[in-house]
Amino acid sequence: MRLALFADIHANREAFTACLDHAGRAGYDRLVLLGDIVGYGADPAWTLDTAMKLVSNGATAVLGNHDEAVVKGRRKTMHSGAQRVIEWTKAVLEPSHIEFLGSLPLRVEDSGCLYVHANAWAPGEWEYITSPFEAARSLAVAKTGLTFCGHVHEPAVYHQGASGRVEYFRPVPGVSIPAGVRRRWLVNAGAVGQPRDGLPAACYVMFDSAHKTITYYRVPYDVNSAAARIRNAGLPELLAARLERGE
Amino acid sequence: MPLGALSAGSEIDGFRLEEKIHQGGMAALWRVTRDDISFPMVMKVPRLKYGDDPAAIVGFEVEQMVLPKLSGIHVPRFVASGDFTSHPYIVMEYIAGNSLRSRLSDAPLEPDEVARLGALIATALHDLHRQQVIHLDLKPSNVMFRPTGEAVLIDFGLAHHDQLPDLLAEEFRLPMGTAPYISPEQVMHIRGDHRSDIFALGVVLYYLTTGERPFGNPTGVHGLRRRLYRDPPPPRAVRENCPRWLQEIILKCLEIEVSNRYGSAAQAAFDLQHPSQVLLTGRAERGKRDGFLKVAGRWLASIGQEPVQSGSVAHNLGSVPIVMVAVDLAPGHEELAELLAQSVRRVLDSDKGARLTCVTVRKTPLVGLDINVDETGANLHVRMLAELMHWARPLKIAPDRVTYHVLEAHDPAIALVEYASSNHVDHIVIGARGSSTLRRFLGSVSSQVVAEAPCTVTVVRVPRHTHGSG
Repeated sequence: MRLALFADIHANREAFTACLDHAGRAGYDRLVLLGDIVGYGADPAWTLDTAMKLVSNGATAVLGNHDEAVVKGRRKTMHSGAQRVIEWTKAVLEPSHIEFLGSLPLRVEDSGCLYVHANAWAPGEWEYITSPFEAARSLAVAKTGLTFCGHVHEPAVYHQGASGRVEYFRPVPGVSIPAGVRRRWLVNAGAVGQPRDGLPAACYVMFDSAHKTITYYRVPYDVNSAAARIRNAGLPELLAARLERGE
Repeated sequence: MPLGALSAGSEIDGFRLEEKIHQGGMAALWRVTRDDISFPMVMKVPRLKYGDDPAAIVGFEVEQMVLPKLSGIHVPRFVASGDFTSHPYIVMEYIAGNSLRSRLSDAPLEPDEVARLGALIATALHDLHRQQVIHLDLKPSNVMFRPTGEAVLIDFGLAHHDQLPDLLAEEFRLPMGTAPYISPEQVMHIRGDHRSDIFALGVVLYYLTTGERPFGNPTGVHGLRRRLYRDPPPPRAVRENCPRWLQEIILKCLEIEVSNRYGSAAQAAFDLQHPSQVLLTGRAERGKRDGFLKVAGRWLASIGQEPVQSGSVAHNLGSVPIVMVAVDLAPGHEELAELLAQSVRRVLDSDKGARLTCVTVRKTPLVGLDINVDETGANLHVRMLAELMHWARPLKIAPDRVTYHVLEAHDPAIALVEYASSNHVDHIVIGARGSSTLRRFLGSVSSQVVAEAPCTVTVVRVPRHTHGSG
């Protein structure tokens, strides 16, 4: 079974479309949306319509912190630019969109894989995994050999061997990583809609469960249109500029 | 089936175990067959009993990761692997023939034979490095030779793949490798430099040349750390008949500082294939080990030395290409020769570690005619070599970065392509003659080279001037 894993789409229609096209050409059996379908980006309605259609056709989706903020109201920890977008997003969405977001679970466990937006130890607290230390904390509570997450907007692979020590690895796009079963893996799928690792191209992961391989892909997309959409909506300039810089 | 119960005749995933051919400390090797596969295969089954060395287990994981990524004639072909939940194993092509280890008892070998074997191993190493993999345990028992002659590298349990997670990176306290062959930087836990394999190649060459190990077989961390500052006795001090060019090559491989070694295994292979072209430096003349002060200086520097990781293999290899320029010495092409030189200068300027090999072809009337017996031919050869050096002189390339070759061939394009191929050339620069009366005679050499070259080709052309001559 081939799973396409999309994290942090963030209402970026152009990036989402490009990744769906790319994954469609590569071929996959199932899609997993790892949270933050909305926020930051300027086409939340279309993005949610698409996500809802995919989920009704069998895709898996978990809740992200921006998704939750749209449903429950903003959180104090969110920076002001992000909060502004949440308010704007709520105003342009239909009740059915909000209802869909409200129905998303914090975590899904299936066939030896855990899907969660931020981490496994407290999925609703939204703490980040940015080092082997936090990855170890998450792996310690995950019962599965593989954890897929997002939230950080940078692709990262953490692996843990028999010694318990966790190592970080920066994945190379297009090179499949054999994820052996003697080891436990935490895979941050990067971001479809707002990459922050210096590369503007959208990022997603393909997991082949039969061969146990993880492959990252970087998909160039129409960044200018996505940025223009943010500017035209009157959303913070920073959010448009960071799409162009990939930071 | 428990692992201990493997026996001849049993089957794992369709592979039939025929015969146990080796039981090592870390793994057993079985000759296996499967109905749908015709070539001979071997199954490697690790020892995974409780209390076994964790390095054996991780090493097996590493090999399972790396071997399927490799291809080509210089590695055993990967067939299948079983994961650790059922039967851990790797099935790969069985390499018939002997390992280099079987030659050790013959050492010291004749210098020409050392160079021949060394070039085969260096060629295999370069192929591995081009696939982003560093072996990190090169030693005679890990080098096999196919019946057709090519060297095959086996056992990737300590290997590093530049684009995959390194499962061995921080797992263990001790430097990983085999004590007599391990490089200074491996002692420092650096696993990402392909020149570590070139150091091990130097140890192999040294052993084959002298019959002795350059660093003995130290045990313990203290003995290994000596490698950070102690140079070996020069091969000629151990064995007088070691030629200077071979000592030069061996000691260049064995430089303590990685940047003083060959930048690529291809460059080492080049020197081993062209002894007469090896530039002799102080290394060739060295009669004894470095003196107390020099060693003490290195020793002081090694105290508390922190590992410094260099760039990726791909980046490092990319900065040390072998560039070949095919020069046409026929009169009437001075402008083209000048443009060719400009083009070469640009390539060399962008890659400071590049080596240039200047090649020209002396066309012979008949294939197979030994022209060296012909006095006219020999004189012409010498003259063309001089002209080639004269052409390259304005480029002002350091002597250790340039070589000159006059090929003798009936078909210049075939000769150039074969030369590029056997010398691991990364980039060919060649001129295209415009319309000329000679072209009818020679054909378009450059277009044939472009079509058949194993690497990048730059074609240099004199700009065409539009005029009405039709």
